[in-house]
Amino acid sequence: MAAALQNQVWDILVVGGGNAALCAAITAAEAGAKVLILESAPKTYRGGNSRHTRNFRCMHRGPLSVLTDSYDEDEYFDDLMRVTKGKTDEPMARMAIRQSEDCLPWMEAHGVRFQPSLSGTLSLSRTNAFFLGGGKALVNAYYNTAADLGVTVAYDAEVTHVHIEGDRFTHVDVRIAGEMQKIQGRAIVLASGGFQSDLEWLTRAWGPAAANFLIRGTPYNRGVVLRDMLDQGAESVGDPTQCHAVAIDGRAPKYDGGIVTRLDCVPFSVVVNRDAERFYDEGEDVWPKRYAIWGRLVAAQPDQVGYAIIDSKSIDLFMPSVFPPIKADTIEDLGRQMGLDGAKLAQTVGAFNAACQPGTFHPTELDGVATNGLTPAKTNWARPINQPPFYGYQLRPGVTFTYLGLKIDSHAQVHTAQGPLANVFAAGEIMAGSILGQGYLAGFGMTIGTVFGRIAGAEAAKHVN
Amino acid sequence: MSTDLIQEARRQTEICNACRYCEGFCSVFPALTRQKAFADGDISHLANLCHNCRGCYYSCQYTEPHEFALNFPAALAEVRQDSWERLAWPQPLARRFHENGVALGLIAALAFALVFALIQMLQPASGEGFYAYVAHNALVALFVPAFLLPLVAVGVSLRRYWQETGGTRLRWRNVLGGFRAAANMKNLNGGQGQGCNFENDDRYSDTRRWMHQAVMYGFLLCFAATSSGTVLHYVFDMQAPYGFFSLPKLLGIPGGILLTIGTIGLAWLKTKADPKLGAVRVWGGEMGFILLLGATGASGLALYAATGTAAVPMLLAIHLGCVLAFFLLLPYSKMVHGFYRLAALIIEDQKQNAKA
Ligand SMILES: Cc1cc2nc3c(=O)[nH]c(=O)nc-3n(C[C@H](O)[C@H](O)[C@H](O)COP(=O)(O)OP(=O)(O)OC[C@H]3O[C@@H](n4cnc5c(N)ncnc54)[C@H](O)[C@@H]3O)c2cc1C
Ligand code: SF4
Ligand code: SF4
Repeated sequence: MAAALQNQVWDILVVGGGNAALCAAITAAEAGAKVLILESAPKTYRGGNSRHTRNFRCMHRGPLSVLTDSYDEDEYFDDLMRVTKGKTDEPMARMAIRQSEDCLPWMEAHGVRFQPSLSGTLSLSRTNAFFLGGGKALVNAYYNTAADLGVTVAYDAEVTHVHIEGDRFTHVDVRIAGEMQKIQGRAIVLASGGFQSDLEWLTRAWGPAAANFLIRGTPYNRGVVLRDMLDQGAESVGDPTQCHAVAIDGRAPKYDGGIVTRLDCVPFSVVVNRDAERFYDEGEDVWPKRYAIWGRLVAAQPDQVGYAIIDSKSIDLFMPSVFPPIKADTIEDLGRQMGLDGAKLAQTVGAFNAACQPGTFHPTELDGVATNGLTPAKTNWARPINQPPFYGYQLRPGVTFTYLGLKIDSHAQVHTAQGPLANVFAAGEIMAGSILGQGYLAGFGMTIGTVFGRIAGAEAAKHVN
Repeated sequence: MSTDLIQEARRQTEICNACRYCEGFCSVFPALTRQKAFADGDISHLANLCHNCRGCYYSCQYTEPHEFALNFPAALAEVRQDSWERLAWPQPLARRFHENGVALGLIAALAFALVFALIQMLQPASGEGFYAYVAHNALVALFVPAFLLPLVAVGVSLRRYWQETGGTRLRWRNVLGGFRAAANMKNLNGGQGQGCNFENDDRYSDTRRWMHQAVMYGFLLCFAATSSGTVLHYVFDMQAPYGFFSLPKLLGIPGGILLTIGTIGLAWLKTKADPKLGAVRVWGGEMGFILLLGATGASGLALYAATGTAAVPMLLAIHLGCVLAFFLLLPYSKMVHGFYRLAALIIEDQKQNAKA
């Protein structure tokens, strides 16, 4: 196999094996190109972070497949502006939004199946189309479609260097099953994700605290190709020091814990740090709008850890957690079991309880049930924590992705200061910084990967034909 | 032993409940999202709702080597299998035959020998068709208890299952709901008609559903053929043999053909599917059962084709031997899944309506 890969010039090399890579490979193969996918993960872990996803955000002018009602370009764009606080390349963003409508039928035609929005996520039934079986099923469908189109896939194949001569790519250095090889191609699509799994890089960017972060997705996105391209003068976008992080269960695995490690209990909790002190308003807004800031909040606490405490009144108000909570009959005991100063925790909870005011609790909307005279205040859902048994969850920052990426144009072409590279294209997380300068809009990562994967595949094929 | 299996299935169920990506595949997932904590009986219920399509294995991001080590189809298959053996009476018989295709074959051979001996010894002085070889009364004396006793055994097991899984009083509505789901094998379609991930890894295929339909309807037709023969015999005093345009033949021939094709199909699929996604220990027993069922259908057809030839006594003994073994093994073989599955669908209908 190794020799067979080396002894020919491929039309198109695709680096990466997630959503963006597969969309590019399929599109290019349908245009008649001979395509090789180089995926650094072994087959069992193929598909990068895409295999952890559940939906993509899709514009539509009327009911479309599983999507209800309509979701037009302006509303979609406004939603994006709200989360990125304007850090968006508007023409690129609008292009992605407009093309998302066309993606859904394309995805279906290439084997992806959709299902109505999952129980517990009704709020997304209009905007986000859910994949039947989740992202791994999507990835499987695409690999099968690609195989049917004659695309070759090399697993366990990490690209370490992309050779650029002048404004052209010539070949890559790639380690396949431990052996270095040179593979030539006439065009290349870079779709190898962000760098969040390179903890050293993360630590350099964010500070030493990053060593305690958990990585929610694949360990294979280490930014090797991104670094290599930046070193060769490729232009970058996105904040190099930032990553998207949410608060997840502290017992999650270091990598690849995925969706199940999320915790939705914060709005009904008192959240304290290592010193058993509160540090932020747990009830600031509804959870879907706040979960993404809690990663940073916890990251800023000593030892990058937080503890959410609830009582039996609230245990059934949120999606079940993957690990059972710590349980105790007294707050002191709960604190001790979690490695906190029990007496101090009881004091913090006591002060919180004393500051709670009467009001009508409503778990799914801002109910204004707030504390009085407490700093920081809890401004919604502030019910005293007083009904045993008590439950506790440890929280840690879980990194979803990094923002730094390659700058591309509307043809998905990668640029250097001298202008575009003639035969180098990028798609997916590796270029998402152009559109998502900060913040995150649920389901937009897969939209970006699908839209730009298809563009990159088509442009690369056009280049070689 | 079964507590370990249940505990492992519970562990995986809780992970699925936090994930829910597979919600659209089958009725197991909507059932599990109804609750947060799972008693042993809840796990048995989920296990009997699962039909091992494997959709949730191939689309799971947590299968090995991931440390969560999800293999939900296998975890549920183990619990399901265990529930059939644990609730069966007598238990040791169930374990033996479920696991062992050879033991199953042995029973079939014994049954064959018994019928054969019967034919030799009790050849009636007169009679037409089959009854020229074995007296009608002898057949009845053998088959009525062989049919009824296993049914009683299954009935006892189902009662215990009903209690374990929290089924309530039977109502027509729920029974209809259960039958409806079973009749079109709604859950075998993969949620959207794309089918299973059974014999072709992560590619969907509808073959298993079609083959299973052929077996189920083939079996029911054969059963109806026999029943109609009984009715003709006792109610209308019309004796076998029946001509081609008679109810027993019109039902029995297509039934036999469907049963034979379907079982060949299922056996072939089974050789292609990954055994590790099911209850590995009973692979042989399941295969033995499929082959027994297939042999029943095929020998019935052969018997009809051989009418009037010298092969009839032998074929008759084979066919009746298969039928006898099939009935006797009913509570202790894969056949029992039909009863449990129907019960699970009815109970699920009850639980859904209790919630609504
Ligand atoms: C837990 C979780 C849930 C998410 N849920 C959603 C969701 O529901 N909807 C949504 O839109 N987004 C979601 N996201 C974000 C989404 O995963 C990404 O935006 C999207 O998957 C990016 O696709 P991609 O193809 O660019 O990258 P990936 O899918 O990560 O693929 C990158 C690929 O590159 C390979 N690779 C890396 N380096 C190299 C190298 N040097 N050589 C060769 N190959 C290499 C990797 O192995 C991998 O296959 C989620 C993320 C996480 C972590
Ligand atoms: S089988 Fe895997 S992907 Fe499916 S619901 Fe369970 S954990 Fe999620
Ligand atoms: S194997 Fe099929 S039927 Fe069983 S739980 Fe998984 S998806 Fe449902």
